Amino acid sequence: MPLPRLIPCLDVAGGRVVKGVRFQGLRDVGDPVELGAAYSDAGADELVFLDVKATLDGRRTLVELVRRIAERLAIPFTVGGGVRGVGDAEELLAAGADKVAVNSAALERPELLTELAERLGSQAVVVAIDAEGGLVRSRAGTAPTGREAVAWAREAESRGAGEVLLTSIDADGTRNGYDLSLTGAVAGAVDVPVIASGGAGGARHVADALEVAQAALLASILHEDPERLVSLRAELRDLGVAVRWS
Amino acid sequence: MNVAICEYGAGNVRSVELAFRRLGAERVDDVRGADLAVLPGVGSARAAMEGLRASGHDEALRERFAAGRPILGICLGLQLALEETEEDGGVAGLGLLPGRAVRLRGGRIPRIGWAEVDGRGAFYFAHSYAAETPCATAWSEGIVAEVRDGAFLGCQFHPEKSGPAGSRYLEALCLSRV
Repeated sequence: MPLPRLIPCLDVAGGRVVKGVRFQGLRDVGDPVELGAAYSDAGADELVFLDVKATLDGRRTLVELVRRIAERLAIPFTVGGGVRGVGDAEELLAAGADKVAVNSAALERPELLTELAERLGSQAVVVAIDAEGGLVRSRAGTAPTGREAVAWAREAESRGAGEVLLTSIDADGTRNGYDLSLTGAVAGAVDVPVIASGGAGGARHVADALEVAQAALLASILHEDPERLVSLRAELRDLGVAVRWS
Repeated sequence: MNVAICEYGAGNVRSVELAFRRLGAERVDDVRGADLAVLPGVGSARAAMEGLRASGHDEALRERFAAGRPILGICLGLQLALEETEEDGGVAGLGLLPGRAVRLRGGRIPRIGWAEVDGRGAFYFAHSYAAETPCATAWSEGIVAEVRDGAFLGCQFHPEKSGPAGSRYLEALCLSRV
């Protein structure tokens, strides 16, 4: 198995990186190009960019911004938000993304995952799932779908998704730890890699998440100090987690 | 030195271009004449082979290989250089090298993440198929990570996405080919 991954996440709205608690009260935490470059330099294993307003605003992802971020990266780059078709995904890859994440559009039309996988390969297709109380919500957490997160993850995998990015809305931004039971249930239900998201407050939380998932998404605890990624990696190694030594 | 990157609708062309540009290489369009030709690969095998044929890069690469001019194949680009791949129900490759790409067995698939390559450090992989070939020159967790035959060098990992380790790998390649 490849090494467990630490993945900083840039939630972007209005061209700025934002962060809230349980998807609410978004506040400005920095410039996406500068933060992305800082994370790449600090040894991030990947970078995720989510345009959290694209679907709500009914527009596509900020391609030009993606292009400027990609220019500064030498690590894998996943981009999501507003991807509705193969054309959108190809445009993002041409701008420098390596994978695309789809969320609301796949819930509305699950065949989209198959279309993307046939064109881009499964390894470039990430299904992003936002869950509250084990149930999936779409449109940046604003709309209930009634689907169970575990069942949707399994269906998304069967339709071609090559990775699951699972965000617990309950844990998001709280720094109280990842939702380990939900993450473990999803990881146990699929054979593709799972990225745990929401709730990281310290190394112990990340270590616990990496027991059940293949990667951990990080946002709140890093944005004020991207160098925290370096010390976090050392703390994880002290806890016996075999993260990459960059 | 100058580098031609095959564009055929199935590559992360821009990532590869940025990586070579950081090393001071110039990008050119002439796949036949460039100092180095790169066959990148992100995508599915059938669509990629169709793209290679439609663009004429398949013939250009065969000519280069026959003339002993250097080619770098990355990920799917490595697999397409083999005789065939199991992907998409079976697809014939360029046949530059003996061997075939087979689906990975065991572990989570796609195999995504950083993994050690024969004590050279960790590199980034993202794949569901891997080469079986007598031309293997490096392994990662029992999986073929690098192949060499004549003028062809293939890596299953993505050096353009492997941070400083990947940059050093590409730099060594550039230095050996000028």
